[in-house]
Order: sequence, then structure tokens, then C-alpha cells
Amino acid sequence: MSLVNITVIDREDQKHELEAPTDMNLNIMELCKAYELPVKGTCGGMALCASCHCYIESDHKLNEVSDGEEDMLDQAFFVEDNSRLGCQIYIDNALEGLIIRLAQESD
Amino acid sequence: MIETDIIIIGAGPCGLFTVFEAGLLKLKCHLIDALPIPGGQCAEIYPKKPIYDIPGYPSVLAGELVDNLMSQIEPFNPGFTLGERVERVEKQDDGSFLVTSSGGTIHKAPVVAIAGGLGCFEPRKPPVQHITEFEGKGIDYIVKDPEKYRGKDVVISGGGDSALDWSIFLASGVAKSVSLVHRRSSFKGHPDSVDKVFDLSKNGRLNLITDAEVKSIDGNGSLSSIGIKHKTQGEVTVNTDYWLPLFGLSPSLGPIADWGLNISKNSIEVDTYDYSTNIPGIFAIGDINTYPGKLKLILCGFHEATLMVQSAFKIVYPDKKLSFKYTTVMGGIDGFK
Repeated sequence: MSLVNITVIDREDQKHELEAPTDMNLNIMELCKAYELPVKGTCGGMALCASCHCYIESDHKLNEVSDGEEDMLDQAFFVEDNSRLGCQIYIDNALEGLIIRLAQESD
Repeated sequence: MIETDIIIIGAGPCGLFTVFEAGLLKLKCHLIDALPIPGGQCAEIYPKKPIYDIPGYPSVLAGELVDNLMSQIEPFNPGFTLGERVERVEKQDDGSFLVTSSGGTIHKAPVVAIAGGLGCFEPRKPPVQHITEFEGKGIDYIVKDPEKYRGKDVVISGGGDSALDWSIFLASGVAKSVSLVHRRSSFKGHPDSVDKVFDLSKNGRLNLITDAEVKSIDGNGSLSSIGIKHKTQGEVTVNTDYWLPLFGLSPSLGPIADWGLNISKNSIEVDTYDYSTNIPGIFAIGDINTYPGKLKLILCGFHEATLMVQSAFKIVYPDKKLSFKYTTVMGGIDGFK
């Protein structure tokens, strides 16, 4: 098993250094939940709720935003150019050193 | 007043299946749901998504599962109060509960089963200051009566089908003016609707404002203008009678949090013996409950519903003896009616 290091900055600006296994088909939303960070993941990872909305703060090249993810971002708030849904980012070796920031929650 | 044996709050898969298991024990059920249709998340969030972990179905669409559950419970003739959110649950001196929903409908039963899933679906509200002060005074999250906007200036926000469809409808001779504000320059709605929106914009009947979002609102008592921030061109103020932010629905626990139930992390704590809550007579099943080892799966909700109704029976008929029977030996569902 190999591990990558991912930094998550929470909504209180607190940094969390997480170790993420690359062989469990985990996504960023699931990783945050596993570390008990305040990410709801309401829809279970189907890109249907935006509760795992985050900003990519490092220069990593990630998988493309799918139509479904873009649709959901249309319904989210505080959306920026570096917005992504954590559930659509799968953890692999290319993510070593990734830094993400959790987006503010909306009601 | 509607009287029944079990009031089920939430008409998602778990609430629907409760009717079946209760029916086998000759208990009558009435379902209440904030959504206008049964099915909960399966109907509202992902009706076209296949589910692979329903026993006996290698794959079933969420919407199909709801249809199947509706046919499965049909012989037991459940009642429905749809499109109304449960506001109050009050225990009476005789031990029964009065459950009042947002339309003022009152329901009475000795047992309440909360199968509320993630809570009730409510419109997503944009994070704009003072937005709640203008709700119903120029800001509507749902279009109920389009005639209301006849001859008025209307701004619509959103990029999905409902934003597109209402823009097209209101721009076709209903409203005085319609502006559609969207955060990107492309839309992911139905291609036919997207084409129509671009046509209306070309013909000057719809003011299409893309790469922009509404950032502020103003008015004296009722809405009179909104501030739209464009990605590159800064902020402009637009006079309008109405702003319709159409960003879909998202679930929230809502009034359930105020009923005196033990709640931890947005879920209701239950005893796994029968999924009873800290209030005798109120049970919680499916995604809304929590206990050690809880998994939020439809199939777990079905199991919880089945065990829960056994205890419900003892509350409804304290003097009767419950004997468990298999559907196969009773000649089908008719044997239970």
C-alpha cells in the first residue's frame, strides 16, 4: 500500500495533514469523512449535493470536471475557478502534496 | 383530522416499506412528506441512477425502486399527506400523538415512525445578506403561480432546467422583462431549452447575464433592486420587482431537531432492539437514525422498519398477542388483509 500526503484547510483556517491510501479507491470527500473533518457527503459521492465543495489550492493537474460535477457546481454557492467537488477527485499517487480548502457551507 | 395506527414521517423507500411490514400486522399507515411526490431522495435527487445493493435486484433505477415499493404497498391502502412538512409532534394525555404538517393537516396515531432520511428538502438559498427579509416580498425560491409575474420585471438565477424553463416561459409574453443570471457562459440544461434561451436572448426578449452572480439585494419593505457582480466587468445594480433564485433543493433536519429527541450529529439516537427513540411511541428508521455500527443503506432501513413495526403492534394493540407469519404460507398478501 502506498500513501500520499494531502493537506486539508478547514473552514476555521485550520490545517490538517492527512495520509491517504492510494489503493482503496477513496475520494477526497471520503478521506475527509474518515478523518472526521466537517464534510457531510450527503449524497454519498454521486456529485448530487455539493456538500463536499472545496477549492484546489495547489498546482496539481486533476481529472477533468465532468458534466455532472459542473451541473452540481451550478447549484452551489461561493463557486470559484478552482472549485471542485471532493467526491469527484480520486486519490492516486499524482495527488502527493495536494492542498485543498473546504468551501463555506450554505443552508 | 386523519387517524391511523402509524404516522410515517418521510415517504422515501424506508417509509414506504414500513407500510408493507405494518400491513402484514394489520396496522394502518399514513405517510407525510414535504416533497409533492413519494420516493424521497430516490425521487428527488437521483431517480435515474441505478442502485446495485438491493437484494434480489442486480441493478434497479432509484425511480423504479420507488414505483415497485408503491405497488408493493398498494394492497394496504396507505394514506398520504404530500407537499407538507411536519412542523409539530405533540404527545397527548392518552399516549397518542398529534402530528401537524405545514398545510395545517392534523394527524393522530399511537405510533410515530420518523423515516426522514436526511431531513426535508428545502430550496437552496444564496448566501446574500438580508435575503430572508425579502422572502415572499420579491424573492421566491419556487414558482407557484407564474401569473404573479405578469407585467413585472423579473430576474432569475441558476443554470439548471428549472431556471431555463421559467426564463423561457416568463419571457414569452408574461413578464415585462426577464433577466437570467448564471455563473458560467454555458448551460447544462436540456439542449432544447438552452437553444430557446439563446434565441430569446438574440431577439432581445431575454436579458442573458452570464459569468455573473447576484451579490446583493435592496428595497424598502419589498425588493426593488439587486446587485449583479460580473466576473470581469464589476458590479451593476438592476431594478427589478422579483428575483427568483432557482438553485434546486437540499435536505435539512428542520423542525425534527425541536421535538425533544436525542440527536447526535444530525441523526436521531435509537435503541437497536426496535429502533425506538428516547420518546416512547416514536421510532426512527433509515438514514435519519444512528446507533453503533449504523450504515446508511436502503436495505438496512428495510430491516429496521421490519423490526420496528413489531414493537409498534404492541403499542397499538397492548392486549393482543402477535404471531409472526410468512407471506408464503398465507396465500400472498390477500391473506393478511
